[in-house]
Amino acid sequence: MRKIAIYGKGGIGKSTTTQNTVAGLVEMGKKIMVVGCDPKADSTRLLLGGLNQHTVLDTLREEGEDVELEDVRLTGFGGVLCTESGGPEPGVGCAGRGIITSINLLEQLGAYADSEELDYVFYDVLGDVVCGGFAMPMREGKATEIYIVVSGEMMAMYAANNICKGIVKFAEAGGVRLGGLICNSRQVDNERAMIEALAEKLGTQMLHFVPRDNMVQRAEIDRKTVIEYDPAHGQADEYRALAKKMDSNEMRIIPKPLEMEELEKLLIDYGIAS
Amino acid sequence: MLLRHTPKEITERKALTVNPAKTCQPIGAMYASLGIHGCLPHSHGSQGCYAYHRSALTRHYKEPVMAASSSFTEGASVFGGQANLLQAIDNIFTVYEPDIIAIHTTCLSETIGDDITQILGKARAEGRVPEGKYAFHANTPSYVGSHVTGFANMTKAMVDCFATSNGHKSKRINLIPGWVEPSDMKEIKRIAGELGVDTIVFPDTENVLNGPQTGKFSMYPKGGVTIDELKDTGNSRGTIAMGRLASGPAALALDASCKVPCQILDLPIGLQATDRFVDALRKMAGVTVPDSLNLERGKMLDIITDMQAYFYHKKVALVGDPDQLEALTEFLVAINMMPIHVLTGTKDKAFEKRIKELTADLPHKVNVKSGGDMMLFHQWVKNDPVDLLIGNTYVKYIARDEDIPFIRHGFPILDRIGHSYFPTVGYQGGIRLLEKILEALMDRQDRDSSEIEFELVM
Repeated sequence: MRKIAIYGKGGIGKSTTTQNTVAGLVEMGKKIMVVGCDPKADSTRLLLGGLNQHTVLDTLREEGEDVELEDVRLTGFGGVLCTESGGPEPGVGCAGRGIITSINLLEQLGAYADSEELDYVFYDVLGDVVCGGFAMPMREGKATEIYIVVSGEMMAMYAANNICKGIVKFAEAGGVRLGGLICNSRQVDNERAMIEALAEKLGTQMLHFVPRDNMVQRAEIDRKTVIEYDPAHGQADEYRALAKKMDSNEMRIIPKPLEMEELEKLLIDYGIAS
Repeated sequence: MLLRHTPKEITERKALTVNPAKTCQPIGAMYASLGIHGCLPHSHGSQGCYAYHRSALTRHYKEPVMAASSSFTEGASVFGGQANLLQAIDNIFTVYEPDIIAIHTTCLSETIGDDITQILGKARAEGRVPEGKYAFHANTPSYVGSHVTGFANMTKAMVDCFATSNGHKSKRINLIPGWVEPSDMKEIKRIAGELGVDTIVFPDTENVLNGPQTGKFSMYPKGGVTIDELKDTGNSRGTIAMGRLASGPAALALDASCKVPCQILDLPIGLQATDRFVDALRKMAGVTVPDSLNLERGKMLDIITDMQAYFYHKKVALVGDPDQLEALTEFLVAINMMPIHVLTGTKDKAFEKRIKELTADLPHKVNVKSGGDMMLFHQWVKNDPVDLLIGNTYVKYIARDEDIPFIRHGFPILDRIGHSYFPTVGYQGGIRLLEKILEALMDRQDRDSSEIEFELVM
């Protein structure tokens, strides 16, 4: 079972990319579980055809500790198992603690057991790694492979670099490694070359360059992945290609995060300034 | 040798505390809350916190300590404690019927960022706090300060929440006694009474935590400052705060909000500190000191002079809370003893400076530390032995290992009684302290003297 966590700057398209890639892997016949680690609980919307997931923490709150796996796990597109950790409303409580609680509970309930015969577990984590809770998927070997979704925008690259710092911290203690960057294009000048250069500096690879296409948004409004919404479209093939690359990827490294000056230089060399 | 692993050699430690010389903020907050009449302290956190705080207070005062808890579970720590606190307020006013709930926070509720002001606002808006009843709060994260800070925060919260000014100054004087025993609060009130001064003492735990056995359980004992008195503190002509750390913030808040001028004094432990307290009270109230107090003072002075030979240059190590230690150190120096190791677990730079000033003329090197621990204190004693130890019950391990006379003073005292009933403040309290010091030193002399040296008359 490969245990993969997807990180990246808020709004970069982690959930969209994850679900579309998962759809590609499902087509290849893989058995997958997606664990949404975002209090907004929208990490499985496209796979389930809407926000109809009862989150682990809501269930815990409403029904007490006597929770069963069926209460918190739904089956979505192509048999993907979907869970959402959920969390507090904005401004109260502790979302980080929520993720820790939720992943521990899923483990106790046997969601990762061998009997489930999973090929992949995906953790879709929100935004930056701001506290211990958001690093939970990296801890204690829960996820062993990290992919960072990034674009050619400065703050997205800055966030990716910060996430690499988190990976280094946990890589030294456990088995977590960086599998690569996924560029979710924002049509920034020179974007492909710049992300390839960033990947090289970090010591990793750009796994795939996902071009920008409005088909993604259309499918999203329809609460579907592109592969389900329009299987013949070119963008569906992009996600299939990404799925394929991920499935065959064997690169696992401890990244070498950049200093701020290096990162800025990269932007100047490849970015708008050039 | 229960502490046989304590090395004599002192090595610098940056990260580790071994046997702390302090405890956590909510214990102080809970103790202060109990000094309000008809008050139920409420711990906004998980049950372990409040169970520990209650038992720590019960073990010291040998009285039941009533309190409530928000009983956080995993869910509350993720979703915030609002639902728990609202439910708690409902339950408490329905079932336990206090006049007032004094809420203090815990590490957990502080870390997840519960906004108690907002939650209490909601509780009031929804009518959960009945007419004529009150709920207020203090923030007491334990990773800041110590139990002294918690006491100070709760005492200040009493001012912030209740003190109001009607524009007319009364003749009353506010006395904030600081973290002292119920017996000490009683003695402070007695001294003010001797001077004929009308006072409001807050918090006041007399007859709350040293109550009588009546055969009947009373959830809210008869002692404690009343809410009307707390409101009226804003109209007093002045405030005397005893203890810079425990009482200072409340006195300053009262000055800022209601223009009640304040004097922040040492705890009235020992001759000079008591003199300063009596004098401040005399001036503020415009009264004369009655003969009865002069008589008490004279008796205390008589003991000091009579027994000078036994005090002279005896070395003392003391550990405790800053307010107590500053007053005690001054007293010990005054009776010609030598306080050479003075340590507190509470971090406070002014403490170190003050102790150094007080001991500047001693013909001996003096160790002083704020934010230290019992292990360092023990190491000091190993390297430079003393004739007497003063501290809370935990010091008994050091006293036993090093075979040094020991008197208990401070918080907590878990293995003796007396502190709830006999004060150490004022002239009477000073006499008791002198007696305790002499008892410890002279018992040791009797035990250790040879047959030839053994004296009938001492």
